[in-house]
Amino acid sequence: MTPELALISALNGISYGLLLFMLASGLTLIFSMMGVLNFAHASFYMLGAYFGYQISKWIGFWPGLVLAPLATGLLGALVERFGLRRVHKWGNVPELLFTFGLSFIIVELVQVIWGRPPVPNELPPELQGHLFTIYTTTFPISRGFIMVAALLMMLALWIVLTRTRIGLVIQAALTHPDQVEALGHNVRKVFMLVFGGGCALAGLAGVIGGVVFVTEPSMAAVAGAIIFVVIVVGGMGSLAGAFVASLLIGVIQTFGLALDYSIAGILQDVGFKVSPDTFGYAVWKLTIAQVAPVLPFLLLVLILIVRPRGLMGTREG
Amino acid sequence: MDATPLNYRPVNLGRWVIWGGTLLLFIVLPLIFKQGFARTLLAQMGILIIFALSYNMLLGQSGMLSFGHAVYSGLGAYFAIHTLNLIGAHQIVFPVSLVPLVGGFFGMVFGILFGYPTTQKSGTPFAMITLGIGELVFACSLMFPGFFGGEGGISGNRTVGGDFLGIKGLNFGPDIQVYYLIAFWCFLSMIAMFAWTHTPLGRIANAVRDNPERVEFIGYNTQRVRWLVLILSSFFAGLAGGLSAINFEIVTAENVSAIRSGGVLLAAFIGGMLFFFGPIIGAVVFSFFAIALGDITKAWQLYLGAFFVLLVMYAPGGLSSLILMNLRVMSLGKMKRLRDPYLGVALSGLTLLLGIVLLIELTYHLTLEAGGATTITVFRFPLETHSVETWTFVVALVVGGAVAFEYMRRRFKREWDAIQVEIEDWVRENPERA
Amino acid sequence: MLRLSMKVAALACASLISSGLAVAQTKTVKIAFIDPQSGLMAPVGSNILHSYQLVADIANREGWAKGVKFEVVPFDNKLSPQESLNALKAAIDQDIRYIVQGNGSSVAFALSDGVSKYTERNPGKEVLFLNYAAVDPDLTNSKCSFWHFRFDANSDMKMEALTSYMADQKEIKKVYLINQDYAFGHQVRRAAREYLARKRPDVQIVGDEVHPLAKITDFSQYVAKIKAAGSDTVITGNWGSDLALLIKAAKDAGLTANFYTYYAATTGVATAMGASGLDRVRFVGYWNVNNDKVGSLGEKILVEFKSKYKDDWYTMATYTVIRTLAEAFNKTKSTEPVKVAFAMEGMKFQNVNGEVEMRNTDHQLQQVLHIASWQKVDGKKVRFDSENTGLGWRTERVLDSFVAAQPTSCNMQRPSRPD
Repeated sequence: MTPELALISALNGISYGLLLFMLASGLTLIFSMMGVLNFAHASFYMLGAYFGYQISKWIGFWPGLVLAPLATGLLGALVERFGLRRVHKWGNVPELLFTFGLSFIIVELVQVIWGRPPVPNELPPELQGHLFTIYTTTFPISRGFIMVAALLMMLALWIVLTRTRIGLVIQAALTHPDQVEALGHNVRKVFMLVFGGGCALAGLAGVIGGVVFVTEPSMAAVAGAIIFVVIVVGGMGSLAGAFVASLLIGVIQTFGLALDYSIAGILQDVGFKVSPDTFGYAVWKLTIAQVAPVLPFLLLVLILIVRPRGLMGTREG
Repeated sequence: MDATPLNYRPVNLGRWVIWGGTLLLFIVLPLIFKQGFARTLLAQMGILIIFALSYNMLLGQSGMLSFGHAVYSGLGAYFAIHTLNLIGAHQIVFPVSLVPLVGGFFGMVFGILFGYPTTQKSGTPFAMITLGIGELVFACSLMFPGFFGGEGGISGNRTVGGDFLGIKGLNFGPDIQVYYLIAFWCFLSMIAMFAWTHTPLGRIANAVRDNPERVEFIGYNTQRVRWLVLILSSFFAGLAGGLSAINFEIVTAENVSAIRSGGVLLAAFIGGMLFFFGPIIGAVVFSFFAIALGDITKAWQLYLGAFFVLLVMYAPGGLSSLILMNLRVMSLGKMKRLRDPYLGVALSGLTLLLGIVLLIELTYHLTLEAGGATTITVFRFPLETHSVETWTFVVALVVGGAVAFEYMRRRFKREWDAIQVEIEDWVRENPERA
Repeated sequence: MLRLSMKVAALACASLISSGLAVAQTKTVKIAFIDPQSGLMAPVGSNILHSYQLVADIANREGWAKGVKFEVVPFDNKLSPQESLNALKAAIDQDIRYIVQGNGSSVAFALSDGVSKYTERNPGKEVLFLNYAAVDPDLTNSKCSFWHFRFDANSDMKMEALTSYMADQKEIKKVYLINQDYAFGHQVRRAAREYLARKRPDVQIVGDEVHPLAKITDFSQYVAKIKAAGSDTVITGNWGSDLALLIKAAKDAGLTANFYTYYAATTGVATAMGASGLDRVRFVGYWNVNNDKVGSLGEKILVEFKSKYKDDWYTMATYTVIRTLAEAFNKTKSTEPVKVAFAMEGMKFQNVNGEVEMRNTDHQLQQVLHIASWQKVDGKKVRFDSENTGLGWRTERVLDSFVAAQPTSCNMQRPSRPD
C-alpha cells in the first residue's frame, strides 16, 4: 500500500461516500415521515440521471443540474399525492409494496423511453480534465465536483431544516404530526413537500452520478442495495447517522478493493502451511479485494442483529 | 334466494370435490396442451405454486414480510443439483425423484440457521434483515465458485438416475415426465401446507400475525413460533428449488437473487395473501405474465408492475379477495344488478387497455428497434409505427377509453357500494348464515 | 363491370398462386441470436445483431445459398445462462435449428450443454450451436461437442499470438493482469502466465486481478492498483463495458501503461480511449479492415453497415458463420443440421480474412490472427476510423493460422453419418 494508493483510495472513497450521502439524505427524510423505506428512492436517482441527460441534450448540463432535480421532485410529490396517500390507510406493508411496485414501473418506463442500452451521458467540458495530481495519479475534476456538490447540499439542507420556518414545521410534523395539525399547519402538504424534496435530492445525486458513472437502467438496482445498507447502518431516521454511514461504506468499499491480503496469505507469512487441501481453504484464500463487494452487506446483517437501531439511530433525526 | 352452505358432516364433500378436481386438472392439462412451451409453462407454474405457498406461510399466515425468500429455495436448488451430479458420478445412490426432498432438507437447514437471528423481530425490521441476508448470500455466491459455480453456475443432468422404478424410458428426460414429477410434488406440498394451516402451530401463527402481544399473554413464545414457521416455510421453498434444479438442469446465482425473492412476493401478493388458494392463483397469473407474455412482448415487466401497483392501491387483498367478494354477492343473488355496470366497465376498460397496450408497444418499438422494421403486429393487426394516423388513433383510443371508463367505473361503484351496504345489513340480521 | 371484376379476380388468383410457388421454392432458415440486448453489454449485443442482419440481407440478395433465405431472430439472454436456456427452448419451439451466440463463455457452456441434451433426447430434431465469439478453450477441448462449432480463435490461440508479438517488445518489463471473474477470464490469466513464462521469462507479473463480470461502473480503484504496482503493461481479456470503462478510468487517472487486449476493437472502447490511447493500446483479432486491399469484400460490407446503421462492422465472424452455413447448404442440398454439421467439418474456403478451415477434430476454425495498434487515420495504413474518433487500427503483424494453432484434447461423440 503505497502512499499514492492510500491517498487516491481515500479520495475515491470519500467522493463515492458523499454521493451515497446525497442519495441517503433524501431517503432518511422520507423514512422519518413515512415510517417505511421507500423502495423507489433509487429509481428517482435513476430518473434524475435520465432527466439530466435529456435536459442537457436540449439546453445544457448546468440548467439540467437545476431543472432535473426539480422535475424529479415534482414527480415525487405527485406520486405521494395520488398514490402513496391512498395506500397509507391500508397500513405499512401495502405502503412498502406500493413503493416496491413503483420501482418496477419506473425502471420499465425509463427503458421504454430511453431504451435498454446505456445512454451517452457525457461530462460537460467544464468537468472534464484533472483537478490536481498526487504523485503520478491525476484526480478528475468530476470527482471533486461530487464532493463540493454534496457538501453544499448538506449545508443547504441544514440551513433549511434548522433556520427557516418551513424547516421547523417539517421537523415538528415528522415527530408530532397531530399537534402540528392542531396548530393549523397543513400537515398533508408538508408530507407531500418532504416526499418531493427527498426525491429531488435523489434526482440531484442522479444528475451528477449519471455523468460521472454510467447512465443505464440497472443503476437503480445497484444503488438501491447500497443505499439500503447505508440507511440501516447509520440508523433509520438519522441524518448524521446517514452521513457517517455513507462515508464509512464508501471508504470500506474503496479501500477494500485496494487490499490484496487474505487470511491464507497472512498465515503463510507467519509460517503456517496453508494449501488447497487445508480445510476451509476456499474461505482462507479470499483476499479482502475479492470480499469487498460483500463487506457492506456483512456489516448490514451484523448491525441488524447486534444493534438494530443503527449507529446513530433514533427516529427523530 | 339463499344458497345452501356446503356440509361438513359426515364427509366434507366440498373439500373432496375441490381437491379431486385439482388433481384431475394437474393430470389432464399437459394432455390438452401438447406444445413444448405450454408444458414448460405448466412445469414452471407448478414450481412457483409450491414456492408461493411456502412464502405465504410467512406473509399471509404469520404476518412476516420477507424480501429474501429466494435464499432458501436457491440454496436448496444448489444442494439438489450437486446431489444430482453425485448421483451421475456414481458416488452416491439416490433416486432422482426424491432429489427435491434433498433441496427441501437443505432449505430447512438454512431456515434453522438464518431463521434464528432473523425472527427475533417482526414487521419492518424483519423485512430489512431478510433483504440484507438475501443480498449477502447473493454476493457470496460469486465468491465461492467451487460450490456455486461462479458466473456459469452448476449444471446437471436429470437423466442420470436411470429409469424410474425400472420402467423403460422413464428417465425424466422428456418434458412431460418432468411435468408429472413436478405435479406430484406440487400436489403433495399443497395438501401438506393446507393441512398445516389447521394444525395448532398454523393457528397460533395466525394469532401471532394478528395480535402478538396477546399471544405472549396466553403463554406462547412469539419468536419461537415465528422461527418454527420459517423453518417449515424454508423446507417447502427448498423443495421448490430442488424441482427447479431438476427442471432447468442448471442453478446459477440468479436462484438466490433479489429478483427471485421479489418475484415470489409479487406472485403471492397478486393472488392474495389472506386465503390459502390465493398464492396458487397468484403463481399462475405471475407465470403467465413472466413467461407467456414475455414471449410476446418486451413490455411484460411494465404490465406486471402496473398490474401489481393497481392491485396494491385498489385491491390489497389480491385476486382471491376479488373472487370471493363476487362469490358472496352471487350467493346472495344480487349479481343481476351488477350485470350492466360490469359490462360497461368491461367494455370501456378493454378499450382503454387496448389503447394503453398499443401506446406502450409502439413506444417500445420506436425506442428499441431503431433502424429495423417499421411495422409491428399487435393481436395480428399490423401497425405502422411512424405514421401520424396510427398515433392519432391510439391517443384517441386512450382518451376516449379513459373518459368512458371513468364514467362506467363511477356507475359501478355506486351500485357495488349499495350492494355491500345491503350485504352488511343482511349479515347483521342473519349472523348464523354468514 | 362483372367482366372487369372477374379479370381482377383471375389476376389476383394467378399472382397468389405464382407467389405461393415462388415461396414454396425458397426455404427460410431462421437463425436464433441469443445474446444480451439489455444491461451494460447491450451495445455490443445490438451491434452484433445488426451485423448478422446485414450479412443475412447480403446473403439473401446475392443468393449465397441456392433456394435458401436467412432470417435472424433475436433473443435477449441478459447475459444469464438460465435465460439463455429459456431462449433456447423458445427458439426450438419456433422450429429454429441454428443458434448463434458469442458474448460470454458461461452462457456458451450452458447452451452447448443444453443443445447436446436436447439433441440426445429428441432424435430427429437436432440443433446446431454456432459459437462466433465465446472463446474459452474448454468448449473445443474437454467440453467439446459435435453440435458446437467455434468460428473465433479461442483464448489460448489469441494469447499465443499476442505473446509471440510481445516477445519482441523489449520495453515490456512489468505486466499487470486484470480480467473478468468467470471461466474465460481465468483462462486468460492462466494462458498469459504460461505463455509469458515460456517466451519471456524475464518479464515480471506484478499483479493478477479479477473483478465481477459486467457489474462495475467505476474502475478507478483498479487503475490505482495498477499504478501502484509500477506496471508498464496491462494484459486484459475484458470486453464490452468492462474494457471501455477500464480504459476510461485509466485515462482519467493518467495511467500511461500499454494495454494488450483481446477486445479493444469492440463497441464503446474507441470512444472511451479517444486520443489518449494513441499507440498505447493493442488488440489481437482475426481481421482488420485497414489491412485489406482497397475495395476488398470486407471493406464493402463495412461501408454498407456504416451507412445503414451508423456504426462500425467489426465482428467479421458474422460473415464467416453465414458463409459457412451457405456453403454447407449448397454442398449437401439440405438444411438438416446433421447433414450440415458433417459438411462443415473439415470445410475450407476463402473468407474475408483469407483461407480458413473448420478443423474436424474439435470444430475449431483455423484462421489468421492480427495484432493491431491504435493510430491516427493516415489514409494509407489506417484508412477507416472507429466510432468517428479520427483514429483507427493499424496492423502491426499478421500471424498465419498455424502459428497460433493449439493441440486439442477433444474426443467427441459423433452421430452416425446420414446417407
